[in-house]
Amino acid sequence: MANNSFIVIVGCGRVGSHLANKLSGEGNSLVVIDINESTFDNLTAEFSGFRLIGDATQVGLLREAKLQRADTLIATTHDDNVNLMVAQVARNMFKTPLVMARVFDPRREQVYKRLGIRTICPTSVAASLFLDILEGEAVRREEPTA
Amino acid sequence: MRVIIVGGGKALYFLGRNFASKGYEAAIVNKDPGECRRLARDLSVEIICGDGSDEHVLEQAGARRADAVLAITPRDQDNLVICQLASLQFGVPRTVALANDPDNVEVFEALGVSAFSTTNIVGSLIEQHAALEEITNLLPVGEGRVNVTEIVLSSDAPVVDRPLKDIRLPENTLVAVVIRGGDPLVPRGDSVLRGGDTVVLITLPENHGAALKALTGEGR
Repeated sequence: MANNSFIVIVGCGRVGSHLANKLSGEGNSLVVIDINESTFDNLTAEFSGFRLIGDATQVGLLREAKLQRADTLIATTHDDNVNLMVAQVARNMFKTPLVMARVFDPRREQVYKRLGIRTICPTSVAASLFLDILEGEAVRREEPTA
Repeated sequence: MRVIIVGGGKALYFLGRNFASKGYEAAIVNKDPGECRRLARDLSVEIICGDGSDEHVLEQAGARRADAVLAITPRDQDNLVICQLASLQFGVPRTVALANDPDNVEVFEALGVSAFSTTNIVGSLIEQHAALEEITNLLPVGEGRVNVTEIVLSSDAPVVDRPLKDIRLPENTLVAVVIRGGDPLVPRGDSVLRGGDTVVLITLPENHGAALKALTGEGR
């Protein structure tokens, strides 16, 4: 990925702030939105972007974040429905080229994949990683006898 | 008709009561166990306690055979997802979302969900009915492209005691009927308007304000 993208991140919790610190440190332009000002404490010295306090489900705030000029939007709040709404608004109204949303509920994830939203489901990802390890262990135990 | 209403508060209670009394098969989805218990006690409709934006809860509420889903929670993001799940996953033919933020009416429509805003509705009702005391009735016809307005002329209105043909009204304005002392009359160019007359005015929305101003002399 080129390091001169304009990226808007919604939600500045653990995942959002981690992404924001890293992507800003790599030279991208960042705007981070969170409804709760104290979450901006998660941003480190690496971060040199803009902080915006407010509710990202209000279109006015996304306009203030200059989403119309952004290359990428990442919705990482802990609320699936906020992420899904913001992602759809970005994709359909602001025509943001790359839109990603965190969605905890695997069933909801399936529906929105069909609507063209790139979703990451931490629940499914964690479960499949656990399964990979389990299967790896099973193979290892079988090897000596095989 | 089977209607699922997702939300809470007084609006939900009265909607549920209203639908039940009309003989609709209504189901209510609400997150709060305490409110669910009260609703179950006061209403004779099915109550499902859970998150309406969860597919399983919608299914439990009978979304597969529902004719309409109405999402009126205080959170716009929930209302959007509820309606989208109902229509995408269960093929519910009619879904309507409350937009608490009036700007979200446009957003929801752009995302394919029918929406309404109580702020907009109440706001326009107030503008239509309360801005001028003389305006006693206003009815949009032709899908809102035509206004029919009833105005009581005060005796100091600029148009009284003058024949209609001498009164300059904006384009696309018609004084259709004058009601004087309870008797309706269809005015002609030489008819003279009087104080106390009730005038039924037909206008297009773009010159509605100008027409009212011409008749009453008051700015809108």
